[in-house]
Amino acid sequence: MPDASNQKAAPPPIDIQRLKDKARSLRLDVLDITTHARSGHPSSSFSSVEIVTALYFGGVLRYKSDDPHWPERDRFIMSKGHAAPLLYAALAAAGYFSREQLYRLRQVDSPMQGHPVEGKVPGVETTTGSLGKGISVGLGHVLGGRLNRLDYHIYVLLGDGECEEGQIWEAAMAAAHFKASNLIAIVDYNKYQETGPISREMALEPFVQKWQAFGWYVEEVDGHDVGALVEALRSLSAPALTPAPALTPAPSPDFGRGEAWTGHRGRVKHGVRAVGQPSVLIAHTVKGKGVSFVEADYTFHGRALTSEQAEKAREEILCS
Amino acid sequence: MQLGEKAGLKPSGPMRDVFGEALLDLCRQNPRVVVLDGDLCNTTKTLAVRQEFPERFFNIGLAESNMVSIAAGLAGCGLIPFCTSLASFLLCNAYDQLRLCVAIAGVNVKVVGSHGGVTLGKDGPTAMAIEDLAIVGGLPTFAIVVPSDPASMRAAVRATAGHVGPVYLRSSRVAMPHIYPADAASVPFQIGKANLVRQGDDLTIIGCGIMVATALDAAAMLAEEGIQARVLDMHTIRPMDTSAIVAAARETGGIVTAEEHLLQGGMGSNVARVVAEHCPVPMRFVGLADTYTDSGDPDDLLVKYGLTAGDIVRAGREVVAVKREA
Repeated sequence: MPDASNQKAAPPPIDIQRLKDKARSLRLDVLDITTHARSGHPSSSFSSVEIVTALYFGGVLRYKSDDPHWPERDRFIMSKGHAAPLLYAALAAAGYFSREQLYRLRQVDSPMQGHPVEGKVPGVETTTGSLGKGISVGLGHVLGGRLNRLDYHIYVLLGDGECEEGQIWEAAMAAAHFKASNLIAIVDYNKYQETGPISREMALEPFVQKWQAFGWYVEEVDGHDVGALVEALRSLSAPALTPAPALTPAPSPDFGRGEAWTGHRGRVKHGVRAVGQPSVLIAHTVKGKGVSFVEADYTFHGRALTSEQAEKAREEILCS
Repeated sequence: MQLGEKAGLKPSGPMRDVFGEALLDLCRQNPRVVVLDGDLCNTTKTLAVRQEFPERFFNIGLAESNMVSIAAGLAGCGLIPFCTSLASFLLCNAYDQLRLCVAIAGVNVKVVGSHGGVTLGKDGPTAMAIEDLAIVGGLPTFAIVVPSDPASMRAAVRATAGHVGPVYLRSSRVAMPHIYPADAASVPFQIGKANLVRQGDDLTIIGCGIMVATALDAAAMLAEEGIQARVLDMHTIRPMDTSAIVAAARETGGIVTAEEHLLQGGMGSNVARVVAEHCPVPMRFVGLADTYTDSGDPDDLLVKYGLTAGDIVRAGREVVAVKREA
């Protein structure tokens, strides 16, 4: 029985090849089940594959797949609920339910709703699909964990377009106010929202400084470098040692001015994480990652591949 | 005439004060209850909880959307969160969150909307919740509870905590006279079960909230004309007590509903659906017609917008007349 409950005590070495294999397998699952369902959001799932792989299989999340409500579990909240196919694939791979169940995605009488619904699928912490809610729900788990005297982490995966929702910033303000240091947000910054490039539709930049201004510690990472992701997430999950800083952290001179992420920078830290600070990991990703013709066409946002396209995609993913 | 005077009801203090005391009692009895506030604890009367249980009280600030989603997370930890603010701000700002984070999966979150109805008064239509029951009515899985007096408010707060699943509880700024004995322990209160508060065979007045006392005043006035009205306290709008409504229709042959809410989507329209389906009888509806209201003294607003005992009496006479013609 898969059991990741002891990973926090003794983090295993990072086996990059194993993680790459897991990521490839999840990407194939997303492709297969969205093609089978003839709907879904494969490209938004593809950009998050390495992030979710790092969380579930990189020794970051502490969970027991045979006891989904284990009170001390770490929480993972898929705030960008349209990446449900990826969440379901990861939960199946982690042992929460059988992989065959995945093929019932989006079918009537199936627990695999188009977007995740709490209580339907083991391992789904909260209902998502209308964007902007994940940090708030995560903060509820922070405050509840304090009252229940439990020590766990909450990881929230946000879309970049999702950060246009006002509630994200209500929650960001509150998380810093409540010193939610065990709350870690990850942004899948794939640079596209449904209608087009984020920079054209509703610019997020300067993004790093926005989070800093709300009191968060910020790191950036190549969101497809699974080793760098694991390192970053493990380090953000360790207790901070630095005392709380002055209220206004100095903006970093190097980032957040709107310039494109040039990639291959591995992991970039902005300042030092202080006691009580929530963290955000901005993961620079590619929408549709892993399939060249999906990467090249952002209109794949809300549609599945045809069976012909899926065959080509499968070949590309298998060769990656 | 003072509300409840005609029916011989004893006056009481503001319902929000009773709510605040009841919530504090609940927190003392149940350590799993936590309270979230939208920076209005002075006015919703949850301040006493903050003072006695600061670790279980969270002022989320002026961010109702955030509040409701945080509450869903707290419920996911096995706690029983009560979200509190003015009904209008809480429900309208956080509707998406109530739907997504709470209603769809039936999460155990409690929502208390204060200052329900036109008796909010002088703050006017922007702060006034005249549509809260309709709003929550659009959220399947939510129970909807509207207490009518101090004892029923205390019982409702306990029942809300004990009910597994989402509950909307309406609180009010105004005083409502005692309908039930002040000793809460003796008050019959079960979510989904209407209370018969006056016997009568000529027609039934079904009220909720402040309009139960108004209905009892109206019943006393109708009795002077020789019309005996049954009065039901329909304190739960969902699940609705279908059998009490059907019995009222069969046994009295006419129904007047009375609510401090828009006629669309409130208590009366839901009663009408039950009556139309099971036992059609003449009906009249007392409530707020399709309009927002002015600012003003609560009593003046009740008169201007047709929410008095006199309005119920007129509706009752009409129902009885139609019934006798048939």
